Amino acid sequence: MTTVAAPPATRPAGKGSPAAGGPTISVRGLWKVFGPAEQRLTRRAGSAAPSADQIEAAVRDHGGTVAVGDVSFDVRPGEVFVVMGLSGSGKSTLVRCLTRLIEPTFGEIDLDGENIRKASQERLRELRRRRFSMVFQNFGLLPHRRVLENIAFGLELRGESKATRLTRADEMLGLVGLDGMAERYPDELSGGQQQRVGLARALAGDPEVMLLDEPFSALDPLIRRDMQNEVIRLHHDLRKTMVFITHDLAEALKLGDHVMIMRAGKIVQIGRPEELVARPADEYVEDFVRDIPKSHVLTLRWVMRPANANDPVDGPVFPVDTIIRMVIHAAAATDKPIRVIEDGQLVGVVDRAHILETVAGQGNDAEVGPPT
Amino acid sequence: MTDIAATVQPRFALSLGRVGQLLALGVLFLIAFVVLQGNGTLPHKDDSQVFLTLNGVRDWVDANRSTNPVFVYVLGPIRAAIDGLDGIVTSLLSQASWIGLLAVAGALALAFVSWRTALLVIGSLLAIGLLGLWTETLQTLVLIANSVALSLLIGIPLGILAGRNDRFLAFITPILDFMQIMPTFAYLAPLTLIFLIGPASAVIATLIYAMPPAIRITSLGIRGVPVQTVEAAESLGATDGQVLRKVQLPIARRTIGLAVNQTIMMALSIIVIAALINAPGLGESIIVAIEKLKFGAAVTAGIAIVLLAMVLDRITASASGAGLPAVIAIGPLRVPRRTLRIIALAIAVVGLLGGALASAGSSFPAAWHVSIAKPLDDAVRWVELTFAGLTDALKNGVSAGLLDPIQTVLTTSPWWLVIAAAAGIAAIVNSTRAAVVVAVALVLIVLLQVWEHAMQTLTMVIVSVVLTMAIGIVLGVWAARNRVVSAVLRPINDAAQTLPSFVYLLPALALFGPTRFTAILAAVIYSVPAVVRLVEDGVRGVSPTVIEAATAAGASRLQMIRKVQLPMARRSLLVATNQGVVLVLAMVVLGGLVGAQALGFDVVSGFSQRNFFGRGVAAAIGIVLLGVMLDRITQGTGQRRSVRGVVGRLGVGLNSNRASREA
Repeated sequence: MTTVAAPPATRPAGKGSPAAGGPTISVRGLWKVFGPAEQRLTRRAGSAAPSADQIEAAVRDHGGTVAVGDVSFDVRPGEVFVVMGLSGSGKSTLVRCLTRLIEPTFGEIDLDGENIRKASQERLRELRRRRFSMVFQNFGLLPHRRVLENIAFGLELRGESKATRLTRADEMLGLVGLDGMAERYPDELSGGQQQRVGLARALAGDPEVMLLDEPFSALDPLIRRDMQNEVIRLHHDLRKTMVFITHDLAEALKLGDHVMIMRAGKIVQIGRPEELVARPADEYVEDFVRDIPKSHVLTLRWVMRPANANDPVDGPVFPVDTIIRMVIHAAAATDKPIRVIEDGQLVGVVDRAHILETVAGQGNDAEVGPPT
Repeated sequence: MTDIAATVQPRFALSLGRVGQLLALGVLFLIAFVVLQGNGTLPHKDDSQVFLTLNGVRDWVDANRSTNPVFVYVLGPIRAAIDGLDGIVTSLLSQASWIGLLAVAGALALAFVSWRTALLVIGSLLAIGLLGLWTETLQTLVLIANSVALSLLIGIPLGILAGRNDRFLAFITPILDFMQIMPTFAYLAPLTLIFLIGPASAVIATLIYAMPPAIRITSLGIRGVPVQTVEAAESLGATDGQVLRKVQLPIARRTIGLAVNQTIMMALSIIVIAALINAPGLGESIIVAIEKLKFGAAVTAGIAIVLLAMVLDRITASASGAGLPAVIAIGPLRVPRRTLRIIALAIAVVGLLGGALASAGSSFPAAWHVSIAKPLDDAVRWVELTFAGLTDALKNGVSAGLLDPIQTVLTTSPWWLVIAAAAGIAAIVNSTRAAVVVAVALVLIVLLQVWEHAMQTLTMVIVSVVLTMAIGIVLGVWAARNRVVSAVLRPINDAAQTLPSFVYLLPALALFGPTRFTAILAAVIYSVPAVVRLVEDGVRGVSPTVIEAATAAGASRLQMIRKVQLPMARRSLLVATNQGVVLVLAMVVLGGLVGAQALGFDVVSGFSQRNFFGRGVAAAIGIVLLGVMLDRITQGTGQRRSVRGVVGRLGVGLNSNRASREA
């Protein structure tokens, strides 16, 4: 009997081989159970994970909650991976499990093929000091130290000399745009400035991966927008791999190369921003993306139709990855369909009316087709 | 509709039921009392078997002290070490002349607090000298220095451990609770039995009392460090030691400074009680004066203690406050901090050397003494004569109207009826478990054969608590609703809470002479400030949204207080009651010094008269049991039904999500 296996949503983990192209972080079957049930489960099962049914039964019988339930995903080198969910969805627990600030109950976490769950406390500290760094919603700055000493704190912990760490901290100060603030105390700074200190502290150790736990949720909307742009800039300049936690869908779509939506500890959907908007996996995601202007997220690929012989050949030409919003101007100036090209080849056309409908927010799911 | 009725009705019935149950219990008790009065009473006997047995224990310890290995190898050395420490500190302080000590204290205040405080400190110490109590003050200072040093040496590390380790906190909390609700009185007798009369017993007694706050506050300070900050340090790869040294201790520094300050204040507040086991110093002056009913002399010593408390408080309070600025303004002058500290050091050195060279001696010149005792005595006599009618009426009114009836009921009812009633109350307002604890505590009191005196003490406690709560709630609600009242009461409450407890005995004693009413009055004055503060904070803590909603619904002022503020401040009221009971008991027992009889007096006479040792110890244990019983009845009720806000949880994420999208 032959069955056609569906292609996996994400590539399988490159076990033990940090080969080029392998994921930076690979998470497989991660569970975090809080409460009495956790001890019962781990005592009974040892390291091998019991089935989801067994775990849920244990939680029912002995009390507790499943904060993270059977989560698997890959983070590719240099990308911004956003985990999005409402409060209580388990996203903050998940990010803490990655460096074992919270000890996971079951599952595997690999960093460049190294099994984090098997790391000794010593090794774990080493990883936290050099390869991971974290930015927190409430900043977590030391109130009794000045800005510069706060930025240098991680370097101090790993034993760098005072001269080295202060020089490095001073560089970071410039990088996040806090020149002249070195001698201030954290409580003399605005929320946005404090989080810049948090960013600088995380960057100071030159980590490979940055974990950002709702870094901008405590900030005013305007400051938040500035800080999002700051992260985009830093990511562009430094190419750090980032895992970014947020409850704000707009933020997730703006920053993420991939976005993972969580609900009640489970993954609802993983995909590129436009995939979420165009093809929500279920009503939950659909509900979320309803208010997102599709024309700001979707590319022409999602709205084009196959070209046919009758189409005029002198319409405006755009690459297939162009965001719909960008072609409005051109579409308004002509009555001809827009020609969509990929690698120099015509791959489809978009009718003007279709673009306007999408912009007006009337485009329903039937009209948004899958990419070819 | 039916759903709502079904969920609402049972709760309504339950809360109505509780008051009903208490009423029914009261009625049943009174009927049983009328029928059974005079049966099953346990009149006090001074030569009961328990007392004689305890005397026997003492005789055995006395006989075996020099041979038993526990005494020779464990308790003996502890005693010798503390006595040695006492000797060293005493000789250090007496080698510095009074001029030298003034200079050192002033210099400390100048270097770490402010020049105004330095003047205040020097002025206060001079005043103590002028009152003729310099030597006694030094003796008290030695006791405090030793017991505080030991308290902190043990307490701060334990506090750090309790701050970082939940299990240790859970383990040590009930022990600290017990140390704090146990009246100091209770452990003096066993201490003197083990460590004999002398510095060791006094230091250890003070330590037992003063160490719990050091542990608690340190632990609070460590726990007050934001979780995110600790987590941030861990995420950067900090080791446990690094988290403690670089994050927790620096951030908790001020709170730990407060722990030092509080420990000193606590130590100071029990020196009078320590004086009961012959610790020399200001406490002894007070005890002697009270015993001889010399009001003026007692007040003089009281003033010296308050002055000393102020000096120590001001100097150590800076440890918990913000640090000094780099440049300090003294009038029109601007002095750098460093320069100021050098000046302070110079003052201290010059003072010490100058005092030694001038051979001023360790004591203040007797020729400068000013006695205020006589005018005070005259003033008190005048007040007594002038207001005798008023004070007598008050005293007799409360005695005949409240004290006598309650005492009659408690002492002439069958003992098992009283126990059943107390357990019943505990079961209704708290839990079955509390009822069992209450019953066991009371049965133990019966077995100790101190029942009648315990019931007399309980009577005083009940009356004091009722008065305290009545006054405290009225003042607390008033202060919470009126800024002016609050602004007036706050500093008075603050000052009242830093004064050593027995200070309150003195005015009561002056007005009402040595009676149980004096003890009640002192207990009320002593506990009202704490109750006022808790009630005020509780009422203030009621959410403004709810107040606004009630106002919008047209609530009158009284309705607001009765239906909104007091019910919502229920938790605070219960905590206030619990605190009030603990404080009242401590003071009522202390009233044994001023003619309040009952358990307190039994304990006091147990120290001074050999053949009353057994009765004293039994009474001391009886006080602890009473404390446990009262604590159990009033504690924990707050946890039984808590009102949870549901509104706050809904839609927080959704709302902020929407807000950001709109932006």
